[in-house]
Amino acid sequence: MNISEKILAKASGKTLVHPGEIVDANVDMVMAHDLTGPLAVEAFKRIGVDHVWNNKKIVIILDHQVPAESVKAAELHKMLRKFAKEQNIRLYDVGKGGICHQVMPEKGHVLPGTLIVGADSHTCTYGALGAFATGIGSTEAAAVFATGKIWLKVPEAIRINVKGRFQKYVTPKDLILSIIGLVRADGAAYKSVEFAGSTIRGMSVAGRMTLCNMTVEMGAKNGIVAPDVVTRKFLERRIDKPLASFKSLRSDVDASYVKVMELDVTGLEPQVACPSSVDNVKPASELSNAPIEQAFIGSCTNGRIEDLQLAAQILKGKKVKDGVRAIVIPASQEVYSQALKEGLMEIFTDAGAIVCGSACGPCLGGHIGLLASGETCVSTSNRNFIGRMGSTEANVYLASPATVAASAVTGRITDPRELETTKT
Amino acid sequence: MKVKGVAIKFGDNVDTDVILPGKYLVLMDPKDLAKHAMAGLDPDFPEKAQKGVIVVGGKNFGCGSSREQAPLALKYAGVQCVVAEFFARIFFRNAINIGLPVIECRGISAAVETGDEVSVDFEAGEVLNLTKGQTLRGTKLPPFILEILSDGGLVENLRRRLSKR
Repeated sequence: MNISEKILAKASGKTLVHPGEIVDANVDMVMAHDLTGPLAVEAFKRIGVDHVWNNKKIVIILDHQVPAESVKAAELHKMLRKFAKEQNIRLYDVGKGGICHQVMPEKGHVLPGTLIVGADSHTCTYGALGAFATGIGSTEAAAVFATGKIWLKVPEAIRINVKGRFQKYVTPKDLILSIIGLVRADGAAYKSVEFAGSTIRGMSVAGRMTLCNMTVEMGAKNGIVAPDVVTRKFLERRIDKPLASFKSLRSDVDASYVKVMELDVTGLEPQVACPSSVDNVKPASELSNAPIEQAFIGSCTNGRIEDLQLAAQILKGKKVKDGVRAIVIPASQEVYSQALKEGLMEIFTDAGAIVCGSACGPCLGGHIGLLASGETCVSTSNRNFIGRMGSTEANVYLASPATVAASAVTGRITDPRELETTKT
Repeated sequence: MKVKGVAIKFGDNVDTDVILPGKYLVLMDPKDLAKHAMAGLDPDFPEKAQKGVIVVGGKNFGCGSSREQAPLALKYAGVQCVVAEFFARIFFRNAINIGLPVIECRGISAAVETGDEVSVDFEAGEVLNLTKGQTLRGTKLPPFILEILSDGGLVENLRRRLSKR
């Protein structure tokens, strides 16, 4: 079996599972946020059970419309706080957490080999730590709150072996964008995507999270990286009990895949997904005539400390071009605090970027930093669909923190390596 | 379970941001959501859907965000079911869970035009274009999913199953 099959077999009490088989699985952790949680709470109440199945295995995180941007949002937050209190569920409130997909791994809620479902499509991010994690809707989250169980079809798997070293200013974001460009937006529909190879082994948890995060943009059910020493180091300081061995959590040599891709990142250039689909991918160097009005660095895809460090490296001593708004949003309070300590916030503010509190921000067009018609934004987030970040007549380009930072300086989409050349 | 209605056809990769833009996610009443169904593609859609239409989609229908508000908006706007080449998995589950029937049917995009009268037999897994007199074979839903749909959604299904215990 491959690693995803092994986790699903364990979760459903079986020794073997096959792609296409429907299993009734026990969930180890379920998450909902402020935009999916309220419907889940309503559905839970209609199911007619008094108590959740296990209050220690449910987490609610306020991250989308925070701090509350309207009375409506405030009421929804109030409702979630009340539910969490009644059921004694852990809720990460405004200022205590940040973006759900950053908070879950950071606070030790994601362990290798576990089955995690979340009422958010980017729940697949947690595969970076060797969990089987997938997105569900609100009603299904309510059903899990009540029963702890979910039916899942065992997915077919695609394996992506990656080798080679990234060039300077080329990042895991560029890798996943190039993969989505190859696989297309529907190419991994219903499937599991497993990342392996020397490049992945040498990659930080942050980079692996960026990869797994965007597997849903090619339709995947989950993205996953076999846990290793990097995973162990990340988790050791975040959980209070000893970490179980996860030696068996790797794909067998005879595991089956519907497709195996062999990639080499050595020659990979900075990549950009152009409007208005994530698989419309081109090298940044080919887009240098595209002017921008907004640059956004943040989100569950690229709002981690490593991302901010990279952006700061480029913005240090430079100015955000007149006519461009640069918005920086650390993915969590922990990232925010670390960025402060490292002096990154000073670099951003000195450059003329605005730094906002940890939340999803402009990524989904629900709160701050929305776009007007005819405007263009280059963003480190994960979706560039029509209307995603505001007006249906705005354009969104997706890129790495390095490309977005470089573009903020020049006012047009810019290969970050171009700035290096002009310096020398 | 059978459904009949006039088709409104969309293309490939219809995402949940165009089905229901993020700014409307704070609306809790499905009737309010329905007013913005398909806002990203056709602002007149809610008016057209009122009569009880069948949405025909291409590949990867409902991709993107897990927002259940997307199928809810379609259902309350008057959509009776969605037939697509294939669905994004979260949308597929969400639709079933809120009681909006969905069926995969390869070849549907080429076989149906907006305005055609279409009927769907979910038990048989058959889609009929009554206007053109053509029958297409869809993917049959497993019995437990048909049961969720005939109960009206997952909440109702769970209520029934839990009360039997």
